[in-house]
Amino acid sequence: MKNEYDVIVVGGGPAGSTAARFAVEQGASVLMLEKDRDIGYPVRCGEAVSRAGIEEFIEPDDAFISATIDKFGMVAPDGTEVVLPLEQIGYVLERRIFDYEVAKLAANKGAEIVTRAYVNGLLFEDKKVSGVKFEHKGEQHELKAKVVIAADGVESRVGRWAGIKTYIDFREMESCVQITASNIDVDPNTLLFYFGKDVAPEGYFWIFPKRNKSANIGLGVSGEIGKKKSAQKYLDEFMNNHYPNAPFLTQIAGGVPSSITLEKISAPGIILVGDAARQVNPLSGGGIVSGMIGGKIGGKIVGKAIKNNDLNHILTYDKAWGDRLGKRHEIFDRIKDGIYNFSDEKFNSIAHAFVKVPFEKRTLGKLFKTALLNKPSLLIDIAKVFIVK
Amino acid sequence: MLLIEVIPNKCDFCGCCVGVCPEDAIELKEAEIKIIEDLCTNCSKCVWACPIEVLKFNKPQKKG
Repeated sequence: MKNEYDVIVVGGGPAGSTAARFAVEQGASVLMLEKDRDIGYPVRCGEAVSRAGIEEFIEPDDAFISATIDKFGMVAPDGTEVVLPLEQIGYVLERRIFDYEVAKLAANKGAEIVTRAYVNGLLFEDKKVSGVKFEHKGEQHELKAKVVIAADGVESRVGRWAGIKTYIDFREMESCVQITASNIDVDPNTLLFYFGKDVAPEGYFWIFPKRNKSANIGLGVSGEIGKKKSAQKYLDEFMNNHYPNAPFLTQIAGGVPSSITLEKISAPGIILVGDAARQVNPLSGGGIVSGMIGGKIGGKIVGKAIKNNDLNHILTYDKAWGDRLGKRHEIFDRIKDGIYNFSDEKFNSIAHAFVKVPFEKRTLGKLFKTALLNKPSLLIDIAKVFIVK
Repeated sequence: MLLIEVIPNKCDFCGCCVGVCPEDAIELKEAEIKIIEDLCTNCSKCVWACPIEVLKFNKPQKKG
């Protein structure tokens, strides 16, 4: 470890690793600090991505692809199941391998990585962030950096220490539980979503297939629902009803910040990427690819700022993110607001209407259009983010 | 007085509670969680956001 770095990245998930990679590519010296023992573990994620999304960053490889997805399935509260073909191929990843590979992309370009390094404070110089304080192997350290990249996830605190409001409204936090179960008999190429107030109020319950008859099975509930009943209770009930004897390979908890991006994601000496910046698609809850896009944009801007010795350049990151994806997430958020409190009857009627459409003519855009026919302003939003034919 | 209790040996260290805490009053390490009593206002948002019921709000005991 050096005494000083151009860039210190806090957090070694896909967003942090991608930021590290694009900063180091511009010639910056980069250190990435991960609080856990391992990059990529424990996994706190449903692991679904689009192929096009990850291809921007890494060649798809069987080593970290657990399932290939070409269909979306919706199960309505009355049990009506509608399956539709996806225009874009997707994957269910093996995150514990994927995250390793993404970190290696940064490491192989020269980024340094230290695990079990718990960042517990920031250094400041003239009101500008100038480094981090961290604990490693029982000892407290301080390290200077020209720029800190906070990629410290849903539990992000680094941004707050720099004066950015990062905590999220409890009603927008989707608190999730998921098990990876084996010996599960589901279609190996379909992402399956259950809707309804008994299984997943104001959200969805998911079954994402993984290789060799296993699957990620879980749900998220907002803090508003969590006041009355925890995600754990909903999961236990679902498993008892559907898979009472399924062997559990893992059981995890995790949070999805299901909101639009923070109002501010940069400040003098610091930027935020990934879940820490709330760069999650608020409709799907997907955050792997969008976090990596945030990391790429942020890493490039920080790298350029270092190269040109113009640190104010990092403040252009907010707009660059907004133009690439942030504004799109605002559209997804409006669509979410239009559907999150649908009644069971409404979900049933959508499924009944859609089941009459021939399989090859079904699209996701059409499904949302069917769901929101009585909300014309949202139909315009849907046309912006989905292919509606 | 701290009224939020962390039930021992139950936490999965997922960070939902930290994400919603308006006071930055929760310290979360790889396998260690602690509420910072001086900062906590007992608002209970962490209790509602915990997916696996690790956090609990204890009503204050009446004295006497």
